[in-house]
Amino acid sequence: MNLLSQAEGGADRILTFTLFLIMVGATIVITVWARKHTRSAADFHSGGRGFRPWQNGFAIASDYMSAASFLGIAGIIALSGYDGFLYSIGFLVAWLVALLLVAELLRNSGRFTMADVLSFRMRQRPVRTAAAISTMSVSIFYLLAQMVGAGALIALLLGIKEGETFLGMDAETAANMGIVLVGLLMILYVALGGMKGTTWVQIVQAVVLLGGAAVLAVFVLVDYGFNISALLGDAAQASGLGASFLEPGQRYGVEVAGDATQTMWNKLDLISLGLALVLGTAGLPHILIRFYTVPDSRSARKSVNWGIGLIGSFYLLTLVLGFGAAAIVGAEAITAQNSAGNTAAPQLAEAVGNTVGGSAVGSFMLALIASAAFAAILSTVAGLVIASSSSLAHDLYNSVIRGGKATDREEVAVARYASIGVGIVAIVLAIFAQNLNVAFLVALAFAVAASANLPTLLLSLFWKRFNTAGAVAGIYGGLISAIGLVVFSPVFSSTPKSLLGEGVDIAWFPMSNPGLVSIPLGLICAVVGTLMSDETRTERFATLQVRALTGAGSERAESH
Amino acid sequence: MATTPTRDGPPPAVTDEQLAAMHDDPRFVELKRRLFRFIVPATVGFLAWYLLYVLLSAYARDFMGTIVFGNINVALLLGLCQFLSTFGIAWAYARYTAREFDPQAQALHDEIHYGEDRS
Repeated sequence: MNLLSQAEGGADRILTFTLFLIMVGATIVITVWARKHTRSAADFHSGGRGFRPWQNGFAIASDYMSAASFLGIAGIIALSGYDGFLYSIGFLVAWLVALLLVAELLRNSGRFTMADVLSFRMRQRPVRTAAAISTMSVSIFYLLAQMVGAGALIALLLGIKEGETFLGMDAETAANMGIVLVGLLMILYVALGGMKGTTWVQIVQAVVLLGGAAVLAVFVLVDYGFNISALLGDAAQASGLGASFLEPGQRYGVEVAGDATQTMWNKLDLISLGLALVLGTAGLPHILIRFYTVPDSRSARKSVNWGIGLIGSFYLLTLVLGFGAAAIVGAEAITAQNSAGNTAAPQLAEAVGNTVGGSAVGSFMLALIASAAFAAILSTVAGLVIASSSSLAHDLYNSVIRGGKATDREEVAVARYASIGVGIVAIVLAIFAQNLNVAFLVALAFAVAASANLPTLLLSLFWKRFNTAGAVAGIYGGLISAIGLVVFSPVFSSTPKSLLGEGVDIAWFPMSNPGLVSIPLGLICAVVGTLMSDETRTERFATLQVRALTGAGSERAESH
Repeated sequence: MATTPTRDGPPPAVTDEQLAAMHDDPRFVELKRRLFRFIVPATVGFLAWYLLYVLLSAYARDFMGTIVFGNINVALLLGLCQFLSTFGIAWAYARYTAREFDPQAQALHDEIHYGEDRS
C-alpha cells in the first residue's frame, strides 16, 4: 500500500487537500474574527478569561493530543503492542497532578504565565528570567518534535518515495513545504488571533481529531463484531510475537538475554520514563496558561475534568486503532512506509475503508484521518507558540526589561512579534533537524517540565520558607540536569540510532530518560537553595495562599 | 461566550494586607484542612498505584501476562483500571469540592471583598 500515490488519478490527494483546506479555511475565519476581539493583554494571553469549562476542556485536549500522542502512540501499539498503551496511561494519569495540585491554585494566584505564580513572593527579575528560559526550552523541544513530524507526515501522505516526485517536489522538498506550511499557520493563529483565536481553532481541531479517531475505531470494532479479545488475538498473531505482543516489555524495559546490567538499566529507564510522563504534564507551560482562560478556579477544575474525559476516551480509541493496525495492516506494511510506525493510523483508515465500501470509502477515511492528524499537529504547535510568546512578552520584556512598566498595548505588540520570531526560529530549526532522529524530544520536554517546573511550582504554592534562591536553583538545576543527562546518554551518542551516530561516544549516562535522576535533583536544588538564603516573606506567602484557595483578589474575566 | 462569574459586576478591589489578614483566621485554617484532607491522600494514593503499575510492568511480567479470559491478560486489565481510577478520582474530587470546599471558599472570598455583612 502506497497511501495516496496509487489512487485513481490522484482523486485521494484531491479529497485530502479539500478536507484539509476546508479545515484551514474555517480556522482562518476564526482567527480573523478573533483579531477584532483582541485588545488587552488579558485578551491576547488569556482569551479574556471568558471561556466556558467545556470549551477550555476541548482546547486542553487539543493542546495535549499532539502528533506524538495520536500517530505516535497508535504507531507504537501497532509495532510494539502493549508498551504503547503503557505510554498513554502515563499521559492520562498525569492529569490528576494538574487537577488536584495545580489548576485551581494557579488560576487564582497568577495572571498570564507560569512565572506569575513562581515569582509571586520572590524577587521578580531572577525568577522570571529562569521561568522564561525553562518555558522556552520545553516549548521549543516540543515544537521541534511536532514540526519535524509534520514534515515527514506530508511527504508520506503525498506518497512520495525516494526518487519520486509530486508536482515537481521530491520527498525532502515536500517535507520542507509541510514544515513551512505548519509554521506559517501557527504564526497566523497566534499573532493575529491571540489566545481567543487559538482557543477556538483548538476547539474545532479537537472535534475533527476526536471525530476522525472515533469513526475509524468504530469501523475497526464493527469489523470485529465488538469482540476486543478477537482483535487482540489477531494483532498478536499478525505481529509474529504471539502473546508477548500483549504484554509489557517489547519496547520499554527490554530484557536483554545474557546481559543483566543492560536489562537493569532498561528497566530503570522505563521507570524513569513513567515518572517524567506522570509528573511532566502539570509543568508544561502551554497547558498551565490554559487555566487562565476561564473566569474562576471552579471553571478551571471543570475544564480539567472535561480534558480528562476527552483525553482518556481518545487514548482508549488509540488502543483500538493501534491493535487494529497491527491486525489489519500488519507490521511489515507499516514499517515499509515509516519505520517509526507513524503512518499506522492513516494506513489503517485506508485499509478499513476499502474493506467496508471499496476504494471510495478508503480514500475518504484516509483523507479524514490525515486531516485529523494535521489538526493534532496544528493545535499543539499553536498552543506552544502562544505559551512561548506570552512568556517572552510578559515575563522577559515587561517584567525583566521594563520593570513591569510596559503598557498593555506595548505588551500585546511585543507578544505578537515574539510569536512571529518563535515561529520562524522553529521553522528554521525544524528544517535543519529534519533528518535527525528527534523522537526523544517529546520525552525530554516532559522530563524538563517535571524536573524544573513542577517542583518549583508546588514549593511556591505550599512551602512557606521557599524563596528566590530556591526557585532559581530549582529551575536551573532541573533544567540543566535533564538536558545534560540526555546529552551524555545513548540518545546522543554511541549507538547507530543516536543523534550523533555510532562514531561519537560520550554516553556515560546509561538511560535515555533522565527523569529518575533529574526530578529528585531539581527538588534537592530547590530545597538546598532555599535553605542557603535567609530571605523569607511570610506575609506574601499568606497573601498567596488566601488568594489561591479563596479566589479573593484573583484576576476577573474581561467584560466587553 | 463571555460569562461573568460575579453576581453584580467585578467585586471591589482588595489589598494584599486584607488577603494576608485572613491567613490565620480559624475559618481559613479549616478551609485549608478541608482541601488537604482530599488532595493529600488522593495524590499519595494515585501516585503509589501508578508506580505499582509501572513496577509490575518492569519486574513482574509473568504475572502481567497471566491470561484472564480469551486474549485479555492482567496487564491490559490493570491498564484499564488506571483509566477507571483516573476518571473515578476526578469525579470524586469534583463531588467533594462542590460539597465540602466551594461554599466555604466562596464565603471567605465574599467576606474579604465585601466585608462581614455580605458573608
